[in-house]
Amino acid sequence: MQHIGEALVLLGALLTLLAAIGVVRFRDVFARMHALSKATTAGVLVALVGAAVTLPSANDTTSMIFAAVLQVITNPVSGMMLARASYLAEGVRVSIDAVDELAPDLDG
Amino acid sequence: MIAATFVVLVLAAALFGFRLLAGPSLADRVVALNGLLIVGMVGIAADAVRTERGAYIPVLVVLALVGFVGTAMIARFVEGRGR
Repeated sequence: MQHIGEALVLLGALLTLLAAIGVVRFRDVFARMHALSKATTAGVLVALVGAAVTLPSANDTTSMIFAAVLQVITNPVSGMMLARASYLAEGVRVSIDAVDELAPDLDG
Repeated sequence: MIAATFVVLVLAAALFGFRLLAGPSLADRVVALNGLLIVGMVGIAADAVRTERGAYIPVLVVLALVGFVGTAMIARFVEGRGR
């Protein structure tokens, strides 16, 4: 079980590295948030599963389930709040053929 | 395998640190700080696997909560500053 846990934690760390590369390479704030929210939610989940597989105590496992549920619930919410706030503060440059779906909602 | 995990985490932390220093807007820096927090969470999980002891596992719960509350607070701040 130790080796499975190590492999899963390594996979989680690789997903976090993927998010970091996205945060450095992408061009605007929204693309960076997109990279961070998605890749790190998956990365933390995989790493927590790896730790839960390794540790024998049920106490630790329940704590990790709680942390994982918390992460899955709060990460998209905080990403959306931050994206909305920076949209309102700075606006978004529509550089490609995109639709701005938030603009009509803010007028009403 | 655990050593490779920590090397990967250090690389990710360096990239997030670059964005934290270079990021043009406040939201970029918040994104980078959030990423550093998540590097810490994965690091705690990796350390729990390495030592096979769950002493630091409750810290994961606290980090998840603190990260959400901090990001939400800064989002409110950015939103209010823009108008």
